[in-house]
Amino acid sequence: MNKVIEGLAYVLGNDIDTDQIIPAEHLVYSLSDPEESKNYGKFALSGVPADQAGLPDGGISFTENGQHESKYSIIIGGRNFGCGSSREHAPACMEIAGVRAVIAESYARIFYRNSVDGGFFIPFECATSLVTEIKTGDDLIIDLESNTLTNRSSKVTYELKSLGEVIEIIEAGNIFEYARKTGMIPSA
Amino acid sequence: MGMTITEKILAAHAGKESVRPGDNIWVDADVLMTHDVCGPGTFAIFKKQFGENAKVWDRDKVVIIPDHFIFTKDTHANRNIDILRQFVKEQSLPHYFDVGTDNYKGVCHLALAQEGFNRPGEVLFGTDSHTSTSGAFGMFSTGIGNTDAAFILGTGKLWVKVPESMCFEFTGTFPEHVMAKDVILNVIGDIGVDGATYRAMEWQGDAIMKLSMEERMTLCNMAIEAGGKNGIIEADEVTTDYVRQRTDAPYKIYKSDADAKYVFKKTYNASEMEPIVAKPHSPDNKAKVSECVDVKLDRAYIGSCTGGKLTDFMAAARLLKGKKVKIDTFIVPATREVEQDLHKEKIGGETLMDIFQSAGAYLGDPSCAACLGGPKDTFGRAKDNQVVISTTNRNFPGRMGSKQSFVYLASPYTAAASALTGHITNPAEFINN
Ligand code: SF4
Repeated sequence: MNKVIEGLAYVLGNDIDTDQIIPAEHLVYSLSDPEESKNYGKFALSGVPADQAGLPDGGISFTENGQHESKYSIIIGGRNFGCGSSREHAPACMEIAGVRAVIAESYARIFYRNSVDGGFFIPFECATSLVTEIKTGDDLIIDLESNTLTNRSSKVTYELKSLGEVIEIIEAGNIFEYARKTGMIPSA
Repeated sequence: MGMTITEKILAAHAGKESVRPGDNIWVDADVLMTHDVCGPGTFAIFKKQFGENAKVWDRDKVVIIPDHFIFTKDTHANRNIDILRQFVKEQSLPHYFDVGTDNYKGVCHLALAQEGFNRPGEVLFGTDSHTSTSGAFGMFSTGIGNTDAAFILGTGKLWVKVPESMCFEFTGTFPEHVMAKDVILNVIGDIGVDGATYRAMEWQGDAIMKLSMEERMTLCNMAIEAGGKNGIIEADEVTTDYVRQRTDAPYKIYKSDADAKYVFKKTYNASEMEPIVAKPHSPDNKAKVSECVDVKLDRAYIGSCTGGKLTDFMAAARLLKGKKVKIDTFIVPATREVEQDLHKEKIGGETLMDIFQSAGAYLGDPSCAACLGGPKDTFGRAKDNQVVISTTNRNFPGRMGSKQSFVYLASPYTAAASALTGHITNPAEFINN
């Protein structure tokens, strides 16, 4: 696991549901075919209403037209991030677009689990509501050792909540690696 | 200290005497269900992790129900059904309900119940968030992602954090024009879309135990709209009657102890319940129907796992009989069995199907259809800035297919009453006359 995660912020509000993260009509592509799965990056966060996309101003597309990678790699969210369906296409599409971390006030349960068990990115929680503190495009750095987030654009540092018991799965990489490490399933 | 029904079932499946909320435990799965949207991804992860030739842990415990993107020309969607077929063949899986055959069922959560896969005391995981529906049978059921499902396919186990339990008790009798959908929308409005996050939502009280299995399923279906891990209702005779008609498999009835611990408990007087809608764009944006009568509608949609069961269509038909709808009205039975029942069940000598056709409604094939928008050619998919009243379970932006549309969630009674007038209407006006 890297000690720091750096990247530009993309800021969203409360209750970002899985239909906003990846609208259902796109759930038809293969996730295992590397070429075809790029479609998920292309449509990542495409269901977010325009005025909510890239706060505070809105109107900022997460990926540029036709690109499957985004220049934003750290998502800032409010409460109940990832609510809605159990579709793993949601964390997967964000990873394909280049997301390395999400920092939200709270998560919906299945999305959080999927992010950790599938090893897509690290879902951090922060007690402070960052949605009004950080602007889309701000330059961020997360320090995993001190569990802090620093906004290099505004020069403010925030404390993140401890990852708790899921840290072992995150460190292993995903639930399979964790199960191999702990002897639950035989090593490959 | 006593345990709740959820804690007891999880403890039994972890081989433990007792568990406490917050414990992380490995639980044995009795059933793993997947469908056309999440099956292909699950199988790919399973093969990558356990090997190309790996076999699933127990063929009899895997249930595959294609239902989401069925009646479409979308080639990718149809390819996903082929992937299901291929996997079923490779693994010789007995429980597969293929599209285009007599064996096709329709929406997974109702199909699970109708085909006898919901059994009290068991643990069921599904790659669909509304897997919580099965909790209506006094079992633990919850939605998971592809990775977790692939893990179960290989091992038969999954780690679960034991949830705290919330208790929603309803005493007395619900008014005739109030349905389970009104009850759950009311509760979600009270606690919010994250009010039950990481928690079990347990339903109790004589008003709940008077409900049919289908109505109980509606309550548990929408636990996830409050963020809940599972919804659950203790099994009683209503449950066992339903189960025994569908399967001979053994089951075990668990009940919450009198001194079980709940983090939240609220008692409602059932007779005070009213028809409720969830306004755009969130299931917790609650309002009384009586406060929304000025809302003009473009279409009505009656369908889905939560609002497309026989009970739901009986309710709608009761209001639509002998009348014409004023707006486009879409009727989508959840499963083939429900569709067949529409041809059989009668009100005043007329079948439900005839009632809907005479009323001018459009009838769709059993599947998820426009409940989740779906490919462009999906039956009933919302367009542009339409205002829709729907018996489905989600009204987040774009859920029914158009980001600009406005979706009001309501009971089948309210949807049917509103279809007749073209604006949101209290069904009491039709029922009490
Ligand atoms: S009917 Fe709707 S809510 Fe139910 S399983 Fe299908 S898409 Fe999901």
